[in-house]
Amino acid sequence: MRAAVILFPGSNRERDVARAIHRISGVAPSIVWHQESELPAGTDLVVLPGGFSYGDYLRCGAIAARAKIMAAVREHARRGGLTLGICNGFQILCEAGLLPGVLMRNSEMRFICRMQHLRVENVQTPFTRAYAPGQVLKFAIAHGEGNFEADDETIRRLEDEGRVAFRYCDAAGQAGAANPNGSTHDIAGIYGGDFNILGLMPHPENVIDPLVGGTDGRGLFESLAA
Amino acid sequence: MRARVVVTLKSGVLDPQGKAIEGALASLGVEGVASVRQGKVFDIEIDAPDRETTERRLRAACEKLLANLIVENYAVEFV
Repeated sequence: MRAAVILFPGSNRERDVARAIHRISGVAPSIVWHQESELPAGTDLVVLPGGFSYGDYLRCGAIAARAKIMAAVREHARRGGLTLGICNGFQILCEAGLLPGVLMRNSEMRFICRMQHLRVENVQTPFTRAYAPGQVLKFAIAHGEGNFEADDETIRRLEDEGRVAFRYCDAAGQAGAANPNGSTHDIAGIYGGDFNILGLMPHPENVIDPLVGGTDGRGLFESLAA
Repeated sequence: MRARVVVTLKSGVLDPQGKAIEGALASLGVEGVASVRQGKVFDIEIDAPDRETTERRLRAACEKLLANLIVENYAVEFV
């Protein structure tokens, strides 16, 4: 699997996600600067990493979503290419119109940085096929704007079409009991396009090594590398 | 030409920042504040042949970048 991780000014998780992909797929991703106009030939997976692109100026992800490389990312996604946005990358995908909705400030106003349980809602996608249906995962979250909001019709469509990827839940897998940021329907991640686009707030790249907090994130990269 | 673009949250959209400011104003003893909504102001110097063109360009700027139309409204004013 050839992956390209896009680097914006203020991205700060590009090395973590590149390391996770390298460790699990065996192939080191390219790091692509935002002012490039093309992705490396044969790119299978584009990753928009976490961080604070452009210092979160204007709105989180708003300026990065209009960067030069995004035309190539959009074309890649349109052709069905795998596209993953983590945390700030999720915000960028929403701002770019590749995913619906918007990530608003956490309802309790705090920046949240801790471990959080998630439930896998759909295991028939290229991102989650290594997980079991309804599997409860423990990922790290670290965000100030993770409160997913969209109009009622969009929420209904996401639910009806199985486009909710992950939901915040408690350790027993109960949704509604452990929503960290006020996100509608406890949504932690959603699919776009033909299930080739995933945006999620939690950080799978943080949890690939038992030495540093767990291995629940490996399944996402194993799914992609399979 | 000088123009001012004002971007505000649509009604019904939760505004935790506005809520926090509202609470702070109450704690400072500012009386009678019923609610606070926080928005953004952009003062823009722009060269354009006339006011109509300016407004058209600034509306495009709002729709392309300055506002997220899912949750925000915008208004263009001349100052």
